[in-house]
Amino acid sequence: MTGVVLQLDAVGKSYRTGTLRVDALRGIDLGIGVGEYVAIMGPSGSGKSTLMHILGCLDTPTSGTYRLVGVDVGELTEDELAEVRNRLVGFVFQQFNLLAHLTALRNVELPLAYAGVPGDERRRRALAALDRVGLSDRVGHRPRELSGGQQQRVAIARALVTDPALILADEPTGNLDSRSTRDVLALFDELHDQGRTLVLITHEEEVAARAQRVLRIHDGGLRVPAQAVRR
Amino acid sequence: MNWLDTLRTGWEAVRTHRLRSLLTVVGILIGIASVILTIGFGQGAQAEVRAQIGALGSNLLIVTPGSSTDAAGLRGGSGSATTLTLDDADVLASAEVAPDVAGVAPVSGGPQSLSAGDVNWTATVNGTTPSWVEVRNRSLGSGRFLTDQDLENEAAVMVLGPDTAGELFGLRDPVGQTVMAGGAAFTVVGVLDSVGSSSSADEDDLALVPATTASSRLAAGSASVSTIYVEAASAGRLSAAYQEVDAALATAHGLTAADEADYTISTQESLVETATETDRTLTILLAGIAGISLVVGGIGVMNIMLVSVTERIREIGLRKALGATPAVIRRQFLLEASVLGLAGGLLGAGLGILGAELLPRLIDQPVEVSVPATVGAIAMALGIGVGFGVYPAGRAARLAPIDALRSE
Repeated sequence: MTGVVLQLDAVGKSYRTGTLRVDALRGIDLGIGVGEYVAIMGPSGSGKSTLMHILGCLDTPTSGTYRLVGVDVGELTEDELAEVRNRLVGFVFQQFNLLAHLTALRNVELPLAYAGVPGDERRRRALAALDRVGLSDRVGHRPRELSGGQQQRVAIARALVTDPALILADEPTGNLDSRSTRDVLALFDELHDQGRTLVLITHEEEVAARAQRVLRIHDGGLRVPAQAVRR
Repeated sequence: MNWLDTLRTGWEAVRTHRLRSLLTVVGILIGIASVILTIGFGQGAQAEVRAQIGALGSNLLIVTPGSSTDAAGLRGGSGSATTLTLDDADVLASAEVAPDVAGVAPVSGGPQSLSAGDVNWTATVNGTTPSWVEVRNRSLGSGRFLTDQDLENEAAVMVLGPDTAGELFGLRDPVGQTVMAGGAAFTVVGVLDSVGSSSSADEDDLALVPATTASSRLAAGSASVSTIYVEAASAGRLSAAYQEVDAALATAHGLTAADEADYTISTQESLVETATETDRTLTILLAGIAGISLVVGGIGVMNIMLVSVTERIREIGLRKALGATPAVIRRQFLLEASVLGLAGGLLGAGLGILGAELLPRLIDQPVEVSVPATVGAIAMALGIGVGFGVYPAGRAARLAPIDALRSE
């Protein structure tokens, strides 16, 4: 490990529904290094989605500290959080979350547009990212004209295009058939080989098996294996 | 994200939800078009009134009899008296008494049944003098007008308005034909050109005979007149002419105090003012109603934008996850609302101008499109889009990205 991408110290997250307090996460200590490929597993309701949202700065912890590339996320304003999400995190969702009325190219360009990258450079980088996921011939297609696997690859291109420190994938194969699942996982393997830091949330053992390290979460707490599992 | 990107995003969203956007735009469009049309109607009516009063003859004074008091002390309304006579008209025509008066045309008469062969028609038959045609700013379509000789000889001659001529003779040339009126036979010597109808009287449906003939044959010897039209030598001499007419009539009627006046002198200006004032009140009223429809359209925009925010919670969440700041989201929704407002404004202005072009052909009512009103209405539509877009845009911006992404 050459460096630390993210570091969680005693991170907790609790919600209040009326008088009832729900602890979704409690006392999570976790460090992920540059270039690691980590899978987070757990049954539904275990808090894995909450953890992923905190890792992606979509949500902030109610206790403990979370540092992403050395920055204490808890101290940031909403605008700064938006910038962190834009520059440091690439999201891949189960539902793909592509904008239906935009072409693949425009979907991939979107984070660059929010980053203020000028038009021609935006286009060049988006085309490169689409090429990277093997969709050079589909740049002008809208999501409904693409298969599920292709849509997820567009979403991966969108996550890659800003060259983020961390790629977060939430059940990325949950809506895919087995062939598309294989394609997407092969793509993740390649990204990992190129030194990308990947965090994948899943409940499928065979998906998690591709990762370097598997974290299991249960009732809001991590059950960390003693040693990182090497492939 | 720069403004151009935001504009593009807004436009794409508007285009994606075509039907919804269209309905919103239609709401604004109707409001804007009705504002432009109502103001156009008002202005058109004002211009028409001004034109009609101008067509009465330039620099005109109109003298009408005052109220009457009968032997029992019963007072009639204004105009009921028979105090104006042909002699008064002669006095006013004198260059010594009234040097600023260019022409005098007494008019007396009323509706009469006219017949030509077996066709009959009821029209206003007025006795007047040859100066009428000049004072009233009219011209002859065919034949000649009444002459001094006709007046002197009490000639049984008649000049017809174009509509009257059409009713009695159809397409035939009326000049030289005979028309029966009040049991007497008149020879038609001329037909007037058309000036169109005014709101108060049909200026094209009338017949004119010499004042002397009217008094002897139609009004049984009465020398009273209902109106004396007085033309001032120029617009600048109108008030001088007014003073002279007032003084001459007071002398002729042996009056000593101003409140004894048994006649009324009105000027075109006072007529124009009254008519314009009425039209302005009406225009403000109509514009107010149209303004309410604009507000309704604005609430429509707000409603649609709120629905749009709710429906697109996932999209908003995704945009936030990809790095959109609240300000960018707010701007996007505000811009969408403005695009809708502006589109409604421009289309509404187009429809209003088109309506102003087409409506006068259907309903014979002039519509004058006012440029400031049109520009103002478009600006107002844009303002409505922005104003009513603020609240939905704020709601969209405040959504937490995680809640937004979670919603199904």
